[in-house]
Amino acid sequence: MNQTESSPVIADEENPGSMTDADTPWVVLVWNDPINLMSYVVHVLQKLFGYSSDKATLLMLDVHHKGRAVVSNGNREKAELDVFKLHEFGLWATMQKDV
Amino acid sequence: MFSSSTNSDSGRRCRKTSDVFFRYRFHQRRDGFMEVKISDDERRLLGELIDQLRELLLSTSPEGQLDPSLRRLYPAAYVDDVRQEQEYQRSTRDQLLERRLAHLDIVEATINDVELSPDSVTAWITTVNDLRLVLGTQLDVSEDDEPRILDPEDPQEQHRAIYHYLSHLLGEFVEAGGD
Repeated sequence: MNQTESSPVIADEENPGSMTDADTPWVVLVWNDPINLMSYVVHVLQKLFGYSSDKATLLMLDVHHKGRAVVSNGNREKAELDVFKLHEFGLWATMQKDV
Repeated sequence: MFSSSTNSDSGRRCRKTSDVFFRYRFHQRRDGFMEVKISDDERRLLGELIDQLRELLLSTSPEGQLDPSLRRLYPAAYVDDVRQEQEYQRSTRDQLLERRLAHLDIVEATINDVELSPDSVTAWITTVNDLRLVLGTQLDVSEDDEPRILDPEDPQEQHRAIYHYLSHLLGEFVEAGGD
């Protein structure tokens, strides 16, 4: 069921310098917290990312049961904007390099 | 926030509103507007809470130490890079504050409205959730914190009742506007 995993990026081990900072993939995580309602998390994921009700619900359930879920990905600039939007809505979101 | 002077009789209010909890009090129209049928008491309570939240938000200078109950409103973005995290907080904290204050203004201006524009709905939903984040942090709620019979001996009971009321209100709101 895990549709939340972003596809893994294969690093070019022979040529580690080939990837510029703008290309480095980041993932945006939403973490479980005791305050935000499950229905609210679904609402926010749909509103911000245009996800279907089913996809947003699966992501929310991952957050709830596994403690966190990857909700979006992209370069650093996009990831930071997504985190900011999630923070505007009071979700507990962080970003990290996709490894 | 939420000094015990959030006075009055929220207990009475909660009992009074409980009998309408399970009716549809929010209706999303096809033109995007939301019809809101909550009581005048609820609107007054929300108005009081908004005033207190605004005061609390403004009590923290941009660079200053956060009131501990506000920490959930300004989460960390970078958990493994101190320098980038500092930069993120520096560049976003004002924006988050401005956005929250703008939403408070919208809710205040529409507090007695029976229909809300889509932008106003967003302001209401985020503001109710912000109130829950602050109250929930103050109360140190856990996931198991279900509504229960109030303990009159517990000084936090009034805040707990308001927290659970706001949770229900937000649930109603989101359910009505969720599609």
